[in-house]
Amino acid sequence: MSAVPAIELKGITKTFGDVIANQDIDLSVYRGEILSILGENGSGKTTLMNMISGIYYPDSGHIFIDGEEVLIRSPKDAFQYKIGMIHQHFKLIDVFTATENIVLGLTDGRYDLAAYEKRVQEICDRYGFNLDPKKKIYDMSVSEKQTVEIIKVLFRGADILILDEPTAVLTPQETDRLFDVLRHMRDDGKAIIIITHKLHEVLSLSDRVSVLCKGRYVGTVVTKETDEMKLTEMMVGAKVDLNIHRSDPVNPTPRLIVNGLNCKNEDGIPVLKNISFTAMSGEILGIAGIAGSGQRELLESIAGLQQLESGEISYMNPASGETEDLRNKSPRRIRELGVRLSFVPEDRLGMGLVGNMGIIDNMMLRSYETGRGFFLNRTAPASLADQIISDLQVVTPDAKTPVRRLSGGNVQKVLVGREIASAPTVLMVAYPVRGLDINSSFTIYRLLNEQKEKGVSVIFVGEDLDVLIELCDRILVLSSGSISGIVDPRSTADEKSLKEQIGLLMTKKVEDAPATAANVKAAEAAEAVEAPETGKEETERE
Amino acid sequence: MIIFSFIRRAVMQGVPLLYGSTGEIITEKSGHLNLGIPGIMYMGAIGGVIGGFFFEQTGADFSHWYIRVLAILIALFCSLFFSCLMGLLYCFLTVSLRANQNVTGLALTTFGVGVGNFFGGSLIKISHADVPTVTLTKTSSCFAKHLPFVDTVNKMAADNKCPKILAELCQTIFSYSTLAYLSIVIALIAAHVLMKTRVGLTLRAVGEDPATADAAGINVNRYKYVATCLGSMIAGLGGLYYIMDYASGVWSSDGFGDRGWLSVALVIFSLWRPNLAIIGSFLFGGLYIVHNYIGGLSMQAQELFKMSPYVMTLLVLIFVSIKEKKEALPPAHLGLNYFREER
Repeated sequence: MSAVPAIELKGITKTFGDVIANQDIDLSVYRGEILSILGENGSGKTTLMNMISGIYYPDSGHIFIDGEEVLIRSPKDAFQYKIGMIHQHFKLIDVFTATENIVLGLTDGRYDLAAYEKRVQEICDRYGFNLDPKKKIYDMSVSEKQTVEIIKVLFRGADILILDEPTAVLTPQETDRLFDVLRHMRDDGKAIIIITHKLHEVLSLSDRVSVLCKGRYVGTVVTKETDEMKLTEMMVGAKVDLNIHRSDPVNPTPRLIVNGLNCKNEDGIPVLKNISFTAMSGEILGIAGIAGSGQRELLESIAGLQQLESGEISYMNPASGETEDLRNKSPRRIRELGVRLSFVPEDRLGMGLVGNMGIIDNMMLRSYETGRGFFLNRTAPASLADQIISDLQVVTPDAKTPVRRLSGGNVQKVLVGREIASAPTVLMVAYPVRGLDINSSFTIYRLLNEQKEKGVSVIFVGEDLDVLIELCDRILVLSSGSISGIVDPRSTADEKSLKEQIGLLMTKKVEDAPATAANVKAAEAAEAVEAPETGKEETERE
Repeated sequence: MIIFSFIRRAVMQGVPLLYGSTGEIITEKSGHLNLGIPGIMYMGAIGGVIGGFFFEQTGADFSHWYIRVLAILIALFCSLFFSCLMGLLYCFLTVSLRANQNVTGLALTTFGVGVGNFFGGSLIKISHADVPTVTLTKTSSCFAKHLPFVDTVNKMAADNKCPKILAELCQTIFSYSTLAYLSIVIALIAAHVLMKTRVGLTLRAVGEDPATADAAGINVNRYKYVATCLGSMIAGLGGLYYIMDYASGVWSSDGFGDRGWLSVALVIFSLWRPNLAIIGSFLFGGLYIVHNYIGGLSMQAQELFKMSPYVMTLLVLIFVSIKEKKEALPPAHLGLNYFREER
């Protein structure tokens, strides 16, 4: 570690209109260290990093690089100071190849794609990346896209690297590989800043941690001298209970039986292959898998939004005790039948809420048919909106502010709150805590647990394996459209081996013929046994 | 040989379309859907007419070669100036003030045609003509110059010194004016620059995703301005060609027809590739006049034939959307304005 910080911020302030995003922030990073920046949603981490990388310009404050004051007015200036940022939302152009994206914006030297491709390959070889320089972005997986982003800044010779939530979209194995690369770069003498919500990643990777809270700088601690509790306290400003209290399912009965589900996407490629499982009342069924393994299609099939090739979805109506067939019914019909499914889609603004409408109007998307005659009933949605705002501590100027202007965590709370308010019997949620800070995440987990205790069958599609293991009663693992295993998170005391087991199942290639047999067996086992011990047998067999 | 004369006329019909769509492709690659193209081409035409008219009014002696060169340069400059002004206006409204692109473009089309007709009408009044047209025979003759050996070959064929088919072929390939060849050269250069150079890569990036281009240190607004103004100027040349060569220097109100819209359709037909637009423009030009070569068509049937380029564009649109090939789709950010600090 050198004596002069590679980059030092003093008294940085940035406002957007009336909103103060950053106020009086001090920060420093040295060469050869990894600094984590921790903070809740809307605490201004990304805004701060955007000022270092030249996307925004600070209202006041000073930035020093290697002890000298600099002005960073544009991303171009940032490149000159060898600052490279890997954004949370990838800044890549779909129709370009990896190399074309990497050299975009360079102005020096002759434009010779073949030579550039060679240099990209050299960087890949040096740091151990696996990437085809000629591959188009739209053909790439998320982790490949991230690799392109990292190579992009390395190609420019960056030695101050900023990563904004790099692990949000990666599998555990991919995350490990990324961390190895980052440690390698640190040992190479680069200064690395990483933004993340995941405390265990902060603790395992970084040398120091800086904490922001509501746009203000709280402090910096050496990672070795701190722990999860202390960091959370700094972040939130109060002690937070970090345990998920998982109760045992009470009197579970089959609520939803899915049998032999097959489904193809628009291009005729199978996205769901022979999916069979039973969701019980009063339990949380977790679904794990690499993004795009069929989670979305599975939930959409149950919600009636997906055309099925074959298979059955039966719903045990708790009110009448009858079995309803959900197959190929429209969402409207499903509701008319008295089957209540609450669906929080992955893309919360795209399918869940209308960005330009306020909270009240978004509540009305579920109730617009009620009301007298020609006129809408606005009072009930308005009081529901107020209730959600106060119960879930939604930060918003008022209930009429377009939800598009709220931060990610608050949008998610509004969406989950609305779905829970409709008193579901089956509640399906997909990535409900994606991009949420620790406080909001735990609010959501508590809400899901409450629903479970009320006897709702909760289906939870998640990406953080730690959470899946702590929250769910059973975990179903999807691998490219097939069920590769069902795991009981209570079965093993050792969380690490359980995580590895799930991680392997996520990438496991399920052969068509044996998988069918295994799936049917799994389904039979799940149906036959009503107690939560079901999963244990599965685990042992796998 | 009717086929040769058909090809010749198709090419001459196609040249203004090629200018228009090359210009529009360059503009659209920067993410701006400039529906003002018909108005801009119209302005390019009237610009050339105004320049040529006043130069002819000075009574300059067109028998000197330098006067002829000057006549070309003045008309060319006026045409480029007018269409560039329109491009600047469009940019100012959509890039700087972030007005809706579709509405701005349509307004500019109406505006351009109106301004063009206003100036045209004024010139007719100044010239005290009997017919409602401006005639620039002298300037037009400078523009319409073609390669000298074509005449020689024609003459040889007439004297039976060489085969007729050779003369026809020679004429079909070499008989056009400089502006016609220039349109092909510009389209080829545009295709090369877009796909093979750094500037092209950057421009395409701006149209696909300006936020990404911005983060890569590219001056997005400058690219948008330059691409739109350059595109407008190229499109304006289409108007100039139409007046000076195709219409032999005769300007009349609304004489330009729907060639502007055909250019916009051609952009889609050629999948945003200027090199494909070359073939597309000749095809469109052919479809536009083919009714003249089919005997015994009623007026209504002729209009149906004139429609065929649009029908073909629709077919291409349907075909492309079925195939879902990413490269054949319009720039992803086409029609959307970019504001960096939008949250």
